[in-house]
Amino acid sequence: MEALYLLIPLSTLLVFVAIWVFFRASDGGQFDDLEGPAIRILHDDDSVAASQEPSAGK
Amino acid sequence: MNGEGSGEGTPCFHCGQPVLPGAVFHLAIGGLERDLCCVGCQSVARLIVESGCEDFYLRRTVPSARVDPEQLLPPELALVDQAELERGRDTAHAHDVAEELVLSVDGLRCSACVWLIERYLARLPGMQLAEMNVTTGRLHIRRDPARCPTSAILKGLRGLGYTAYPFDPLRQGEQARRASRRLFRQLFIAGLSMMQVMMYAVPAYLTHEGIDPDMMALMRWASLFLTIPAVCYSALPFFSGAWAGLRARSPGMDLPVAIGIAAAFTASAVATWRGEGEIWFDSVSMFIFLLLGSRYLEAAARRKSAAALERMHQAFPASALLVPGYPARRETTLVAAAQLQVGDVILARPGDTVAADAELLEGDAELDLALLSGESRPQSFQPGQQAPGGAVNVSQPVLLRVLRTTGDSTLAAITRLAEQAGQGKPALAQWADIVASRFVVALLLLAAVTFLAWHLIDPARAWETAIAVLVVSCPCALSLATPSALAAATDRLLREGTLVVRGNVLETLRRADTIVFDKTGTLTQGRPQLVALWSIGAQDRVLALAAAMERGSLHPLAKALAEEADRRDIHAIEVTQLESVTGAGMQCLVDGVVHRIGSKQFVAQLCEQPLPSIFRQDTVTGAGAVYLGSAHGWLGRMDLADALRPDAVATVAAFRALGLRTVLLSGDQPEVCAEVAAQTGITEVIAGCTPQRKLDYVHGLQQGGAVVAIVGDGINDAAMLRAGDVSFAMGKGAALAQVSADAVIMSDRLQAVAGCARMAQRTMRIVRQNLAWATVYNFVAIPAAAFGLLNPWMSAVGMSLSSLLVVGNALRLSRASHQKEAAPVPASVQAALAGGV
Repeated sequence: MEALYLLIPLSTLLVFVAIWVFFRASDGGQFDDLEGPAIRILHDDDSVAASQEPSAGK
Repeated sequence: MNGEGSGEGTPCFHCGQPVLPGAVFHLAIGGLERDLCCVGCQSVARLIVESGCEDFYLRRTVPSARVDPEQLLPPELALVDQAELERGRDTAHAHDVAEELVLSVDGLRCSACVWLIERYLARLPGMQLAEMNVTTGRLHIRRDPARCPTSAILKGLRGLGYTAYPFDPLRQGEQARRASRRLFRQLFIAGLSMMQVMMYAVPAYLTHEGIDPDMMALMRWASLFLTIPAVCYSALPFFSGAWAGLRARSPGMDLPVAIGIAAAFTASAVATWRGEGEIWFDSVSMFIFLLLGSRYLEAAARRKSAAALERMHQAFPASALLVPGYPARRETTLVAAAQLQVGDVILARPGDTVAADAELLEGDAELDLALLSGESRPQSFQPGQQAPGGAVNVSQPVLLRVLRTTGDSTLAAITRLAEQAGQGKPALAQWADIVASRFVVALLLLAAVTFLAWHLIDPARAWETAIAVLVVSCPCALSLATPSALAAATDRLLREGTLVVRGNVLETLRRADTIVFDKTGTLTQGRPQLVALWSIGAQDRVLALAAAMERGSLHPLAKALAEEADRRDIHAIEVTQLESVTGAGMQCLVDGVVHRIGSKQFVAQLCEQPLPSIFRQDTVTGAGAVYLGSAHGWLGRMDLADALRPDAVATVAAFRALGLRTVLLSGDQPEVCAEVAAQTGITEVIAGCTPQRKLDYVHGLQQGGAVVAIVGDGINDAAMLRAGDVSFAMGKGAALAQVSADAVIMSDRLQAVAGCARMAQRTMRIVRQNLAWATVYNFVAIPAAAFGLLNPWMSAVGMSLSSLLVVGNALRLSRASHQKEAAPVPASVQAALAGGV
C-alpha cells in the first residue's frame, strides 16, 4: 500500500515525460505522414529491374 | 462491366477498361505482349517500362487511371523545357535556385503509385531525394536545379499519368498545416491527460468504505497536475475562441465551454487545495478531449477541401502565350506564367487571363477587371496603356509587353480568388450563428440563475449544477450542424470534380426552381469537329490557312480547325495583321493579300464573287459552315458540327425529375438550338441571344420570383452566371466564366451538376437532422441539468457525444456512396457497352 505513495507521483511524472517525447516526435515530423511509411516498407528495390540504379543518397 | 459479349474483350492492361476491337495497342510488359486501350495508356505504360519500373504492374492492387492522351502532355508543359534552357541558367528563377522543391500530386490510387513515383524520380539525373507524403499529397524533392529542371519532373509525372503542380509552401498551406498539427497535439495531450486522470478517479467512484485520506489527497493532487496540460494547452482553442467572440460582441459557442472548463477546474483546484469538497478533474479533461475530437474531425474535412482549392488555384492561370519572335514572327509558345520576364511579349486571346502586369502593344482591348477591382463592366484599353495581371480579355486577341513578372502581379489575383472562395457564409450558416450567439447569452443567464437558486436551496450543490448547465448545453451542436455538413459536402463534391467557390451553392441549388443551360460547350461538347470540307484548290492549303488564322482565337470553331490541321500534320502558314471581327470572323494578310475566314456574309464582302456551286449544299442540322476567301475569290467551306455531351440527356432528365423548369439560352441559330432542345428534352428554347439578352432574361425570371440556377461555359455567359442565384461554369470553359460562377465543374462532366443537386438535397437533409437533434437535446438536457439531475461528468459526456453525433452525421456526406456516378465513363466505353449488349 505504501508503494502507492511513490508510484502515483512517478506515474504523474511519466505522463509528463510522455508528453515531452510526443512533442519531440511531433516536431520531428513523425506524425506528418501516417500512411506513407507503411506503404513504402512493402516495396523495396530488390527486383532485377532495380539493379542499374545509382543509389540515391539518403 | 467488361464488354464480354464481343468475345475479344481482354481489358486494357494499364487501366483495366475494355479494349475496343479494332483499336488495340500493344506493348511488351513483363515479357508478354499486352493489349492497351488507347494511345494515352500505351505511352504511360511505355514510359514505365522504359524507366525500369515494370514491377509497378506486379505491385499495384487496383488498375491505374485511364489516361486521356490530351492530358498526357499538356501544351503548358511541352515547351517549358525549351524556355528554361533559353533563359534558365543565367537569370535567377525563384523556384529553380532553390534546391528543395515541393509539388502537389494528384491521382494516387494505391501504394504502388507511391513506389512508382519515388522510383522513377530517383532515376532522373541530378535528383537527390524524392519523397511522397501520402497524407498531404505533397512530393518533396531535393535536386540539382541545373541538371534536373522542374519541367523535367513535372513532365515525368505527367508522363506517368499523374498531375502535379508546383506548390508554394509559403502561401496559406503552411499556416493551415501548422494549425492542424497544433490541433492534433492538443487532442493527443487531452487524451493522455484524460486517461491518466480517469485512473485516479475510478477508485474514488468504486469504493464505498472510503479511501485513506492521505491517499485521497495524493490522488487529487496528481489529478490536478495531470489536468493542467489539458486546461492550459489543449483547451486553448476554446479560450481564444471565447475571447474573440467577446471582443466581437457576439459570444459564440466557445464562451460557455470556456467558462464551464474554467469554473470546473478552478472549483476543483480550490477544493484540492483546501482538502475538502467535490473535484471534477475527470469531467474537465474528458470534456476537453471529446470536444477537441469533434473539432479535429471537422477541421480535417475543411482542410481537405481547402487543399484541393489551393491546388486548383495553382493550376489556374499558370500559362501564358509567349510570342518570342515578335515583331518579326507571330508564332506563340505556351510557357508557364511564372517564367515570363520583363519585356516579353505575350498574346492574350479572347477569354484568356492576362498573365502578368503588361502594357498593351497592339489592338484595342476590352478587359474585365472583376477579379481585381470588383468592377463588373469591361473597360477598354488603348495601346500603350497598362493592363493588370489577372484581367480577363473579353475582346479580340491582343499583344502585350510584360512589365512585371507574375510573382508580383498575377499572384495577387489568385490570392484574391482564394480569399473570395473562403468568404461568403451561406445564409443558413449565418442564421445558425446568430441563433447560437443568442442562445449562449440566454444560457449564461440561465446558469447564473441556477447558481443563485441552488445557493438558496442547497449551497453545496450550487457550483455543481451551474457547471452542469454550462457544460451540458450544446450550442456546439447548433453551431456545428450547418458548417460541418457544408464542409463535408464541399469536400465530397471536390473529389467528384466540382469546385464550390461560394458558400451559398448547395443551399440555393436546393431551392432553385429554374435551370438555364447554355448550349455550346455546356450541353454540347463545345468542341465542334470538321465534318466536311470543300475547297477550291488543295484541301491542305485551305486547312493550313484556316489554322493559321484561327490559331489566335479561343472560339470553339477556330480551335476545331487548328486541331484538325494538327491532326493532319499540316503546318500553319505565316499571316500578319490578324484581327478578329466580333461575331463575324477573322481577317489577316497572307503575302499581302487580304484573307477572311468566318461567316458567309463576312467573307462575301471581301470576295465579291458569287458563291461557287459546290459551296451551296445545305449543312447537316446542327452543323455550322465556316467560309474562307481572299480578295481573289472563294477558297473553301468547312462544315463543323458540335456533338451533344454524352451525359447531357441524363442531366436534363435529372433536373426535370426534380421538377425544375428547364431553359436553353443560346447565342446560336434557332434551328440548331431547337434540335438540341428536342434531343435533351428541354422545354423552353430562347435562341440568338446576345450576352445582354441572356442577362435580361435571367433578371426577368428572377423578377418573376424564380430561383435560377445557370450552367454555362463561355465569355458570353459570364454576365448571366454572375446574375444567377447559383451558377456553374464548365472546367474547360473560359476563365472569365469560371471566375463569375459560384461553382466550377473541374471534371468537365455535365452530370456533375446533377450530382451537385443531389448532394444539395442530401446536405440540407443532414443539416435539418442536425439542427433538429441539437434543439431536442438542449430542450431535454438543460432543464435536467438545472434541476440538478445531472452532475458535471454526465453533462460532459452528453454534450460531447451530441457534438460528435452532429459532426459524424455530417461526415456521412463525405463518404462516397459508390453509386453509378462513381467513375466517369468515357464515351468510348459507353460505345463498347452499347455494342456488347
